[in-house]
Amino acid sequence: MRVSLDRMGDLLPAALPVLLMLLALPLIGSPSAWVTLTAAGLAMGMMIFIMASGLTLIFGLMDVLNFGHGAFISIGAYVATLVLLPLAGWTQADALGWNLAALVPALLAAMAATGALGLVFERVVVRPVYGQHLKQILVTMGGLIVAEQLLAALWGPNQIALPLPAALRGSIVLGDAAIEKYRLIAVIVGLAVFVAMLAILNRTKLGLLIRAGVENGEMVEALGYRVRRLFVAVFAAGSALAGLGGVMWALYRESVTAGMGLEVMILVFIVVIVGGLGSVGGCFLGSVLVALLANYTGFLAPKLALGSNILLMVAILMWRPQGLYPVGKG
Amino acid sequence: MAEALLELAGVHTHIGRYHIVQGADIAVPAGGLTMLLGRNGAGKTTTLRTIMGLWRASAGHVRFDGRDIAALATPDVARLGIAYVPESMGVFASLTVKENMVLAARDRALNDARLAWIFRLFPALERFWLLPAGALSGGQKQMLSIARALIEPRRLLLVDEPTKGLAPAIIDMLIEAFQELKRVRTTVLLVEQNFRVARALGDTVAVMDDGRIVHAGAMAALADDEALQQRLLGLSLASHQ
Repeated sequence: MRVSLDRMGDLLPAALPVLLMLLALPLIGSPSAWVTLTAAGLAMGMMIFIMASGLTLIFGLMDVLNFGHGAFISIGAYVATLVLLPLAGWTQADALGWNLAALVPALLAAMAATGALGLVFERVVVRPVYGQHLKQILVTMGGLIVAEQLLAALWGPNQIALPLPAALRGSIVLGDAAIEKYRLIAVIVGLAVFVAMLAILNRTKLGLLIRAGVENGEMVEALGYRVRRLFVAVFAAGSALAGLGGVMWALYRESVTAGMGLEVMILVFIVVIVGGLGSVGGCFLGSVLVALLANYTGFLAPKLALGSNILLMVAILMWRPQGLYPVGKG
Repeated sequence: MAEALLELAGVHTHIGRYHIVQGADIAVPAGGLTMLLGRNGAGKTTTLRTIMGLWRASAGHVRFDGRDIAALATPDVARLGIAYVPESMGVFASLTVKENMVLAARDRALNDARLAWIFRLFPALERFWLLPAGALSGGQKQMLSIARALIEPRRLLLVDEPTKGLAPAIIDMLIEAFQELKRVRTTVLLVEQNFRVARALGDTVAVMDDGRIVHAGAMAALADDEALQQRLLGLSLASHQ
């Protein structure tokens, strides 16, 4: 967990989600409602993490503020409809094998398309504005708007229904608590992505280069590595992860809209900032915290739910202005 | 004098609207240690960064082994065999000492014999091999930064103020390490403000002022000429014994 625990022995931020869960239990009162809300929060957190993890690396590695990241979330969801809707017979069959036979290619197609588009986006939109933050915001925001409008032009302005595959519907009942199957799957996929990212970052030469590049890209270049190529690869991978997250988010909502990427980008930016720019572990914790808090406040004080994430971000930044696990820049 | 491995001819570097290096001419003989001295703000660090391609020369030639490298990208300069130890040390704090060294070795596995030699120069690195580099002291970070430059045989070392802010005992250790590098005929261009270090290590010297080289020659000659030191540097080596 070297990446997630950038500061040795600094475990307090890592304990925050557990503290939040324990704090919520007496406030909610009902253990079954608490289990349901916690599962929902963890599932939502994992999906946000999948969408945000690429963005934090992109920022950490090349100091690029990519507001266009949301476009890949929407595009991933739309590409998945190209596979899932024609194969509706498979997805609605009451057999997990048939469901997966449609779902897995849809996920792969979404990731391949968004990864490839990420390469184009980096080349055409981002590369001309390296090192110019204001222009990055304007240009990538423009890219997001153009992508949104293109999606609306190609698929129409109405939302597209994307029903969950039959085998993923329904709930698992634990005592009095019901946990939706899809939420469990989202948690498993999110954890798998997190573990895979940690393994790559901590156990491979590529991961070492990414971590070193996030800290001090100039020094990595002085050692003889082309950080720009590394960044392009990370940008494509981050875009592909956004695509994967987009499909999972769309299945969670059971609908696809051109604006879904922009809507979720607010949460994505909050978790990236809360976690510490460039920190994968911080991003993971931030995602879990934001999603748990949104679910708990949605139950306890619905009127506060909308602003709870902003309040969380303000509180954490007052405590740790660089985020939960900031990456030391060289 | 040995043939120059690195030559700067009429090099100018602009950073934004500032004209930092203003026609620098420097020759670094192969197999020797050349000191680059000068007051703060004279342009020494910018000169090293220009050689590495971290700042682009706006005019002039940077020739390495006869080839003009002024237009090369930094990774290409590094892959010619030029290692750079920046003033900030540039160690990757979240990576372990070992991981820092693995990256510095680039495409090769760590060489045991080379590593043993480095551990003889800097024993602390062996002790803290698996600790994050961010946990090292300032002196140990400097050792790591220099060790990274040595983990594979490089043709030229560019080292920027390695003794800055370090305790005398650590400085002595670094002097010994550089003397060992001289024994194995490593070519070094060393920026330094500590004149005791400069005198102990330098074979040749270039003195920079306002972005230009105002003196070049043997270090021993400068060390023995107090009037020249006063004129070039505004102080004498004798006061830094």
